Amino acid sequence: MGLVSTLQLRLRREMWHLRARRRAGDLSVVANRTGRIQRGDILLFCTLRNERVRLPFFLDYYRRMGVNHFFFVDNNSDDGSREYLARQDDISVWGTQDSYKRAHFGVDWLNGLQRRHAHGHWCLTVDVDEFFVYPFCDMRPLRALTDWLESCSIRSMSAMLLDMYPQGPIGARPYREGQDPFEIACWFDSGNYLISRNGQYGNLWIQGGPRGRAFFADAPKSAPALNKIPLVRWHRNYAYVSSTHMMLPRGLNNVYDRWGGEKASACLLHAKFLDTFGAKAEEEIRRGEHYAQSREYIAYKERMAQEPDLWTRWSEQYVNWRQLEILGLMSKGNWA
Amino acid sequence: MTVGFVMLCHTALDRAAEVARHWAQQGHPVVIHVDARIRPRPFRELRTALADQRKLIRFSPRHRCHWGSWNLVAATQDASALMLKEFPQVQHVFLASGACLPLRPAGDLAAYLAERPRTDFIESVTTSEVGWTIGGLDIERFQFFFPFSWRRHRRLFDLAVRAQRRLRVRRRVPEGLVPHLGSQWWCLSRPTLEAILQSPDRPRHDAYFKRVWIPDESYFQTLVRRYSTQIESRSLTLFKFDHQGKPHIFYDDHLSLLRRSDYFAARKAWPHADKLYDAFLRPQATGEPRAEPNPGRIDRLFTAAKERRLKGRAGLYMQSRFPTDNFENGKTAVSYSVFQGFSEVMPGFIDWLTHVTETRVHGHLFGPERAEFAGGESIYRGGLSDSARLRDYNPKSFLTNLIWNTRPEHQCFMFGPADNQKVNAFMAADPNARFAIITGAWAVPLYRSGQPLEEIRSEAARLQRVEMELLDLLNQHWTKARVRVWSLAEFLGHPMEPLQTVVEDTAPRLRPRVTSVPPLVDLTGFGAFLQSLRNHGMQPLVMGDYPANDLFHSDDQQSRPYLVS
Repeated sequence: MGLVSTLQLRLRREMWHLRARRRAGDLSVVANRTGRIQRGDILLFCTLRNERVRLPFFLDYYRRMGVNHFFFVDNNSDDGSREYLARQDDISVWGTQDSYKRAHFGVDWLNGLQRRHAHGHWCLTVDVDEFFVYPFCDMRPLRALTDWLESCSIRSMSAMLLDMYPQGPIGARPYREGQDPFEIACWFDSGNYLISRNGQYGNLWIQGGPRGRAFFADAPKSAPALNKIPLVRWHRNYAYVSSTHMMLPRGLNNVYDRWGGEKASACLLHAKFLDTFGAKAEEEIRRGEHYAQSREYIAYKERMAQEPDLWTRWSEQYVNWRQLEILGLMSKGNWA
Repeated sequence: MTVGFVMLCHTALDRAAEVARHWAQQGHPVVIHVDARIRPRPFRELRTALADQRKLIRFSPRHRCHWGSWNLVAATQDASALMLKEFPQVQHVFLASGACLPLRPAGDLAAYLAERPRTDFIESVTTSEVGWTIGGLDIERFQFFFPFSWRRHRRLFDLAVRAQRRLRVRRRVPEGLVPHLGSQWWCLSRPTLEAILQSPDRPRHDAYFKRVWIPDESYFQTLVRRYSTQIESRSLTLFKFDHQGKPHIFYDDHLSLLRRSDYFAARKAWPHADKLYDAFLRPQATGEPRAEPNPGRIDRLFTAAKERRLKGRAGLYMQSRFPTDNFENGKTAVSYSVFQGFSEVMPGFIDWLTHVTETRVHGHLFGPERAEFAGGESIYRGGLSDSARLRDYNPKSFLTNLIWNTRPEHQCFMFGPADNQKVNAFMAADPNARFAIITGAWAVPLYRSGQPLEEIRSEAARLQRVEMELLDLLNQHWTKARVRVWSLAEFLGHPMEPLQTVVEDTAPRLRPRVTSVPPLVDLTGFGAFLQSLRNHGMQPLVMGDYPANDLFHSDDQQSRPYLVS
């Protein structure tokens, strides 16, 4: 990397911080409990809109994992999500009426909050339908992982988005509040992920999976990215660039080994394909607030009408993280 | 017999206190050194927490201990001296860290040492024989000056080392000492330790080792060689280092492994591993006959981790393993065969090969219409789609995914110049690939299509060019694939021999005997077809000496497969 491109990226990072500062005005405090955050606490950041039914399980899942404090940006929910979150002791909530799209799909809001509150903390940035699964997660709490990463001087960890789907039509089995979504959507594709390297930012670009084959077989380039870097030991100079797919400074994207070895990595189980999906797709198409004119949702809707089943005879049923490790979707690296 | 424990603590003081109490309660004295970088308040808390054990627990003078600094040795010296002075009943001193976890009752250790009263347990290896030094410095640790910190100013450190190498700097090792290295965690007998600490030469030794790099791994290790009468060069503490030289950490799930290791202590335990601390700090029965320390299974676990971190799984491309070209440690997971021209000459070849070799045989995986998976499936193992668009978007991922998903099964697929050629170079450089090619066979379907020659001619020229490019690629010096090539004429002259060869390549363990050849297509008039191509100005080059009358005389044409690489 030459000096010019280094400066270019530096400039871009400053731009992201500037954007975050400008968009900070969008947010209004609903419940600020950041005073309770202790040194060394693990924080979770999330934006959401109308996800009330998913919240109880989500919070429970991450509390049990060892997250100490939650940050939510509520984008204009009208189903009681905001009030529900504001009632909890370990949650700080901000609300906004402004455009998700104009805030670069929420990135600006979270970058701003992280810059102010996350410095020096391990930070998990996820959506309400994403569930972090890391090596040894059934035996060791999240703090064991972050302590280990810190002892190895690792600042960020990769977690590929793994789309989970049910057998049979999506929405055949309704999701109840508090239920583990993977009781319904327990299937995934084990080996159809397409990887290439992004030269400028140095991150990997992963596409494919069930969404790739079912919705984007004719336009593979537009298929959604599955590479994510959700776990970071935050510094106030860091910034997410495009969702949690890539970061600046560029060194944080260096979560993979280039010489044949395996670094430790995790997965984000994606519980998108539940019965709530149909209504969500309708709404998002109408609002047009998602990436590239909600192209993703339009493609889904077209295909979902004809072929509502993502399941095939080669789908794998989810068991545990060890299964994902053996299949090569994640790795323990040298953590043993 | 009594063992004295010296503990060097710098974090997780609450755990260190628990361990110290554990030893003291069994009647063995403990001297604790707390890093001077720890703030006064936690230190005070530690003292108060252990106030009830005042009889057997002492605190030694505090030093600021940075990684690899002399102060670590100074702290150890002070604490050991205090131990020897205050507790005359102590016959062995066991050096532990605050993150050490006792695995067996102190009584066991005392009994073990009582049987070996003069033995010093310390890993001590000559510099030329250690293979594990980080930074590649072994004897140079003892000869150079190290004004810069390796951790904080790596560049300056490296620069200083290089400069001294160039200038041939050689500090003299004090007389009577032979540099040795080893783990920091030892257990020394009282006579040896007294000899080291009360030696008249000690000021000279200390002055020298103050300038050695990482003296905590060499001070005692070197001096025991001078003063000890009986050295067991191994540690009684279980520890494992990763590829960066940092100790592996033990968690709750290692409980049974640690139990079975039969070591006396382990370093280092995660401070929040409640189950481990509960299990090992609970009073345990002493005196059970137990084996010598044996790291067997733990060794295997951590060796596997190192292997995974450095080499990874061959043929796997994923979010945290995406090797640069030619640094893959295995481009693909297992072997696979690529057949070009076989199904054109023998329409029943796929079924025949499946039957004979008992492998998975696909059609044209890289065909222009779709990926023809075995059995005509539209989605294959792992969720691979047969969509040509999807495949052509990233053909390398498609191939490596297929091989990875179906491992350890051997995959075979048909190939041809009309297929996507984007992964040819990748396959050519892959030792797992086995190519079998009948050159010129692509002309057979053209001939049988019955289309007018004018239309076929340019297509034939294109296919021939593509095939020649592939052959050229497979002839490169860097080609690692196993390649067998026959021209169409050679193959048709003696089909049995090439078929026997490819069948053996595909199923080496089965080694099936080929007794019958699958039916060949009817090629009457093909010789004339080639001639008319020539007449139209296209020169067929890759078919070999195809007879104009389509008749092969087996005697005058010796067909031998030739091996390109």
